[in-house]
Amino acid sequence: METVTMLPLTRVAVCGGTHGNELSGVYLVRELQKNDGGKAEEQGGAAETVSVLKVLSNPRAVQQCRRYMEKDLNRCFTNALLSTPAGKETLYEIVRAQELNALLGPKGSPEAVDLVCDLHNTTSNMGLCFISYSQCNWIGPHIFRHLQREISSMPMRYIHLGGPSSEAYSLESVGKCGFGMEVGPQPHGVVRADIFSAMWDGVRLMLDWIRRFNAGTTFEGGEVEVYTMVKKMDFPRDPETESITATIHPELQDRDFRLLCPGDPLFLSFTGETQRYEGEEPLYPLFVNEAAYYEKGIALWLARMTKMAFPPIRVKAGAE
Amino acid sequence: MNGVASLSAAHRVAVFGGTHGNELSGIALVGLWLRDGAEIRRRGLEVRPFMANPRAVQERARYIDTDLNRAFTPENLSFQGEDLPYEVKRAQEINQIFGPMGSPDAYDVIFDLHNTTSNMGCTLILESSNDHFNLQMVHYIKHAVAPVTCSVLLNDHPRLHYSTTRSVAKHPIGLEVGPQPQGVLRSNIFESMRLILKHALDFIEHFNGGVEFLPCTVEVYRVVERVDYPRDSNGNISAMVHPDLQDCDWEPLNPGDPMFQMFDGRTVQYKGDCTVYPTFINEAAYYEKQQAFVMTKKETLNANGIKVTKS
Repeated sequence: METVTMLPLTRVAVCGGTHGNELSGVYLVRELQKNDGGKAEEQGGAAETVSVLKVLSNPRAVQQCRRYMEKDLNRCFTNALLSTPAGKETLYEIVRAQELNALLGPKGSPEAVDLVCDLHNTTSNMGLCFISYSQCNWIGPHIFRHLQREISSMPMRYIHLGGPSSEAYSLESVGKCGFGMEVGPQPHGVVRADIFSAMWDGVRLMLDWIRRFNAGTTFEGGEVEVYTMVKKMDFPRDPETESITATIHPELQDRDFRLLCPGDPLFLSFTGETQRYEGEEPLYPLFVNEAAYYEKGIALWLARMTKMAFPPIRVKAGAE
Repeated sequence: MNGVASLSAAHRVAVFGGTHGNELSGIALVGLWLRDGAEIRRRGLEVRPFMANPRAVQERARYIDTDLNRAFTPENLSFQGEDLPYEVKRAQEINQIFGPMGSPDAYDVIFDLHNTTSNMGCTLILESSNDHFNLQMVHYIKHAVAPVTCSVLLNDHPRLHYSTTRSVAKHPIGLEVGPQPQGVLRSNIFESMRLILKHALDFIEHFNGGVEFLPCTVEVYRVVERVDYPRDSNGNISAMVHPDLQDCDWEPLNPGDPMFQMFDGRTVQYKGDCTVYPTFINEAAYYEKQQAFVMTKKETLNANGIKVTKS
């Protein structure tokens, strides 16, 4: 593949607390804010080529240690919601999304930051994942590969959300390029040292890659396994009360990214019956038993895996 | 006293789920048994499943206004007034239905089902070292689930003890199973809790039916102190539970062992002068209660033999 050249990444946003109870990102952003001018931006003499905005996305939810106050902030970044006229009755997170769009965007415009990295945790056993709508000019896979080479403490996967990026609803879609960095398993409202370390390494290595890119390094091409989300499945529920009547089967629990084949156990009911996967196509489960998804009617997502080649990239010569 | 004490039969037993609305094992079990109670039926006793904090369960929150499991103070239970916090009102209702606390009319036994984000496994929580019925029950349960471990936590600390929902009954028992994130129902945790409760009810049935339980000893972990996170001037935590301590509930913490890790990587060591056994390590709900973990000491309690009084 031919080398792709791109403008340098001069403005990057690291966002934490988009969900107020996903604590790694909250504490990481606070640490970066404390270190302003300190170790997070060490350059060893060279002029800093990237300006890093550290953003606590949903401060009220962070203060209360809740996912959100009125509406999931990470569903508020559709073009429609961003352009809704905001009044006194407008939900808090819709107003906040518009503030973030003004700060980091506007989405779709030349003023938007070059890259948004949005930090999340999950109760699912997913290790460290990049989640993205698009390849964004190959930046995502390159940063991912850079982290993968250095991070050995947990498995890493690259996830692609299906669907057109024009309908993107999440925070990272505000930047010209963006991805979510999702680390688990961690209970909501808890900060685990091992999970925090992995996320800290992830952000540090991402900034390291960006500085090297801006400095003119050519990064060779490669290949990455991409999981594309295909469909979601809900828990079995009581038709009258809608409360769940089964939970994730012990043979599926904690086994995100292990291929689920037709006939494999999915759910175990409270009365002891096993419900099996009846799809025809073997798929990869992820977000298995994520706490926040119970209210969205999702017990797990299923994804297809494909290998994606990405080209070498280098910053455009002579660019500012 | 090492003889055999004669105790009244325990006829009225309740199983509480949803004291905290985001601890899902108990909520699922009580929900199941409210629809079909066959599994918890035993001869010689009434077993009543009960959802303790239905509004919190609805919101999938720990509580609405205040922690129900701290609300059963004498002041709260006797307070007359309007505009009470939801959980204080609820505590008064529960005290009416299952109490009054301290009276002969109170329920004999209340099991209160909880989950924790801490790696505590199966834990039974006692509030007294002198309740020989309870001591015999936990002894029975521990043996029944062996080789799986069931730890016994004793909190009769004058300062750290708190007014639990279950304390309305003559014999309160907390069942705490983890690790499980709040708002998640894990199958293995659910089945463990179900199994412990099954053995507990079997015990009561045997006892009421005349089985004599001989004097025995019970190893417990007695709460001695709670430890908060290091915090900054804004009250935010400035360190995390150290990776060497994380998930090590019930394991010895020796002087000099790592305890916390600052966000910049520095280690904070345990500086006490004796070995303790930490538990409730990194429980999500305790960040706001200024508790990173609780320190316990191992003790062996003597349980009197017990036998039901023939009526």
